[in-house]
Amino acid sequence: MPVKTIRQALQEALVHEMRRDPRVVVIGEDVSGGAGTEGGRDAAGGVLGVTKGLIKEFGESRVIDTPITESAIMGAAAGAAVTGLRPVAELMFSDFLGVCFDQIFNQAAKFRYMFGGKARTPLVIRTMIGAGRSAAAQHSQSPYHIFTSVPGLKVVVPSNAYDAKGLLIQAIRDDDPVVFCEHKLMYDLRTEVPDEAYTIPFGEANVVRDGDDVTVVALARMVHYTMEAAEKLANEGIECEVIDPRTTSPLDEDTILDSVERTGRLVVVDEATPRCSMATDIAALVADKAFAALKAPIRRVTAPHTPVPFAPSLEKLYIPDPERIAAAVREVHGYAR
Amino acid sequence: MQLSHEALIKAYRDMATIRRFEERVQEEFSKGGIPGFVHLYAGQEASAVGVCSHLGPRDHIASTHRGHGHSIAKGCDVTGMMMELFAKQDGLCGGKGGSMHIADLDQGMLGANGIVGGGPPLVVGAALTAKTLNTGNVAVSFTGDGGSNQGTTFEAMNMAVVLQLPAIFVFENNGYGEYTGASYAVGSHDIAGRAAGFGMPAVKVNGDDFFQVNEAAREAVERARGGGGPSAIEVNTCRFYGHHSGDAQLYRGKDEVKRLRDERDCLKHFRRRVTEAGLLETHELDAVDDEVAGLIEQAVAAARAAAPPDASALLTDVYVSY
Repeated sequence: MPVKTIRQALQEALVHEMRRDPRVVVIGEDVSGGAGTEGGRDAAGGVLGVTKGLIKEFGESRVIDTPITESAIMGAAAGAAVTGLRPVAELMFSDFLGVCFDQIFNQAAKFRYMFGGKARTPLVIRTMIGAGRSAAAQHSQSPYHIFTSVPGLKVVVPSNAYDAKGLLIQAIRDDDPVVFCEHKLMYDLRTEVPDEAYTIPFGEANVVRDGDDVTVVALARMVHYTMEAAEKLANEGIECEVIDPRTTSPLDEDTILDSVERTGRLVVVDEATPRCSMATDIAALVADKAFAALKAPIRRVTAPHTPVPFAPSLEKLYIPDPERIAAAVREVHGYAR
Repeated sequence: MQLSHEALIKAYRDMATIRRFEERVQEEFSKGGIPGFVHLYAGQEASAVGVCSHLGPRDHIASTHRGHGHSIAKGCDVTGMMMELFAKQDGLCGGKGGSMHIADLDQGMLGANGIVGGGPPLVVGAALTAKTLNTGNVAVSFTGDGGSNQGTTFEAMNMAVVLQLPAIFVFENNGYGEYTGASYAVGSHDIAGRAAGFGMPAVKVNGDDFFQVNEAAREAVERARGGGGPSAIEVNTCRFYGHHSGDAQLYRGKDEVKRLRDERDCLKHFRRRVTEAGLLETHELDAVDDEVAGLIEQAVAAARAAAPPDASALLTDVYVSY
């Protein structure tokens, strides 16, 4: 099977779906780039190149460059979705959510329920998350938990190229608003990815590693850090079961709960800030529904509750790393009442 | 209005400082000494300096992601700025903000901004403070052609008119919002005209010409200080570098940057203008260039030598600790 980057996998998903369905359009800032310039179109292809070249095949009516106006992009995409298009709207950095939250939070997310089940809003919002490039406080956040907290949004947080392609195709075919979170440091990560179109259902976690001692739930880049920690811990005789939920809404509660029923121990790893986070949400789920199985306190490994610092030395401390994950696993593994 | 010898020298020094600062930032960024992203202001100096020369430390400005020029023009210390870009403890924001969030409230600089259109509403707030407390201060938002399209900017302009605030909206139209042409993204092709539609005086000036910017800003600042409400200025300018350092600039025409540097360099225009009019001598301008080059070298050396923030800084400056 061919090996591809997340960037390639995402582009393949877009191409498959745009060929399959003429109602699928890509809309956002610089999705082709170069409009109104001497250099001409396709000068960007998204800030990290996912939509590069699409305009050549699909034209400017389906690869739509917009002004830097996030409310209008998200509102237009929501309005187009509810009236017959299937837009894939790009929110360049997830931090820009702050500019356009109303169109997502009060509009797109609520149409189906608020209109008595009569509305379909097949909207995908692709957006970049993640710290680690010294992009500072307004270009480094991972606010998937904010999206997840909104009834009416589905939220995808892929960790590898295979999942990215299958989940993006699933997102485009889904009739509800889906926020698709791409980690900015992961676009070049490679895995085997089939050339053909395929889907991965939402709400089905991937058990990345089997183990009987400690359940570790991690998202996006943290899956990879957790795997690093798990390999190290295996040498110490601690076997982690690593679960990547892949979608935070819907969340595959059963896979997490079944695992904790066996291991009795849970660590949740989350690059986002800790209050009202996925880490807290999953910890609450397990405390609520698998309390009797727990042999140790649940540990959350998260960013501190601060904005993302600029200085690389501070940012390195901000992001959970394999050492912190391993330390948390050792702690819950060694816990005795 | 004819500027004094001292004012002319200061204007040139500020513009030359910005230019030199940005050229050295580009070099240091390319060498890997500066983390993250930098968006350089070179080419647009006449705008920041032309406007800020009418402001004092208690007037406020808000800037954009391309904020180094505004910071220098507003009086921020270049060594503190360079240290911030190098992510050092003694940087203007303790190394926690970086290029995109560089700020110095003591100098009335409310911050560069990572959010396009983030600044104009903040400037409405600063102008509201000035009017409410009757300080006589004014507040200026610098926004690009890209930011001119944002809803936040429209809302800010309308509120400034409604409340008759001492606010000035400066739109630096450098022809590009990120990698897209302003001729595409600004539907009316007329940012000043659109601002005028909100009910405030709005003019367009040539940003290659310091004196045009300076005169338009003088009128706007006087109007604001005198209780005459907000104004807008569209400055037609150009950027010599990409959207950010490292931008491949595929949207540029062949030789476009060379053409801009040859024909639209606001520092060259300034030099020609003041020497031809006999206002300043070439050797005076050269002396300023030398002085500025030395200043920036010192800033770079100090920034390189400075210490990074202490690890404890990760958890400070928060309202609540967990």
